[in-house]
Amino acid sequence: MTVADIVKNFGLQTRAGRERLLEEVTGGYASDLLSDVIAHSRKGNIWITIQTHPNIVAVATMKELAGIILAGGREPDADTIQKAEEEEIPILISPLFTFELVGKLYQIGISGMSPC
Amino acid sequence: MTLKEVKETTNAEVISGDHDLEKEIKCAFAAELLSDVLALSQEGALLITGFTHPQVVYAADAANLCAILFVRGRWPNEATQQLAIQKKIPLLSTSYMMFETCGLLYEYGLKTCALKTENGRDGK
Amino acid sequence: MDGTENNILIHKIFHIEGGNFPNAGLISDQVKKILKEAGLPKKVIRRTSIATFEAEMNVICYAQRGNLSLFITPNFLKVVVEDEGHGIPDINLAMSDGYSTADEKIREWGFGAGMGLPNIRRNTDEMVLTSKFREGTHLEFIIYLDRQENMLPFE
Repeated sequence: MTVADIVKNFGLQTRAGRERLLEEVTGGYASDLLSDVIAHSRKGNIWITIQTHPNIVAVATMKELAGIILAGGREPDADTIQKAEEEEIPILISPLFTFELVGKLYQIGISGMSPC
Repeated sequence: MTLKEVKETTNAEVISGDHDLEKEIKCAFAAELLSDVLALSQEGALLITGFTHPQVVYAADAANLCAILFVRGRWPNEATQQLAIQKKIPLLSTSYMMFETCGLLYEYGLKTCALKTENGRDGK
Repeated sequence: MDGTENNILIHKIFHIEGGNFPNAGLISDQVKKILKEAGLPKKVIRRTSIATFEAEMNVICYAQRGNLSLFITPNFLKVVVEDEGHGIPDINLAMSDGYSTADEKIREWGFGAGMGLPNIRRNTDEMVLTSKFREGTHLEFIIYLDRQENMLPFE
């Protein structure tokens, strides 16, 4: 499944990184604590968060994530969009809250990580 | 679903409040930033979080939440545990990640909680 | 301005230390206890707890120090938070959902979602916020005790 498949499936809006939507998604990661994402996320994961500041792009780049979905209707800061365009990190928007968004992603086959 | 069913679905351990496992959980909300927690407006809400400082219990108490489930095998410190016992908020911990935890509970049928909207009424 | 002076039943002042993240939540917890002991309706207690928690967080996250005063009269309760710090340059912006000036440390402690001031507005009946850039911020909010919706049982 690619990022584009998820965008289509959920009717997400794309705010940045349109050229990278064909990235294959390896799994999902949900967290608003950046240190956790840095510690545990895997390359190709799609990251669900409500954080909107530019550091999320730095983290996504560092961990080579497939993209970021902002939950709860959050909009990325202008700086974040700019940085995401530079780094080619897809930033997508969903009106759903994290719990429901993750629940639905899980249902279409995106899996989380194995337990600690 | 009951807190007991939450525990079983996510293979969670009970940190405190094992006499409260029959509590009815009406909805769940995943939040690690405390203001999100404070915006919750539904009774019987389960907070799913990786944030283990005592502040999470203060916030849960201010918002009258039902119980807290920590993910990623996070275990709160003594101060957090004591505060939760005092506030009568059961604490559980699952070694599943946030993503898997939400997935499993959503699959079981748990709904997402409502937030307070601008005019004070409940809504999304 | 609101007749507070005439009818105060309870008046308490708390000091908040800026940057003291481990203590965050202590003051609003004490306020909650006072309201419970005063036998106020559950809904009032909940709304006040949330608004006070957010106000306390703002002082800890963004100011050097602050005072939180709680007034309870027969008709309403009022909370006044006065802090010393860099203040808020653009109040309209600060009041919008999701706007945040939080730094790394604030986020590591689980704050900084940009929902604090909007949450206070949602949970109070009246709110006044003024700020002097580089001096500090003054916040007041009121919750009426005799309003119908505040007396209904919790949701």
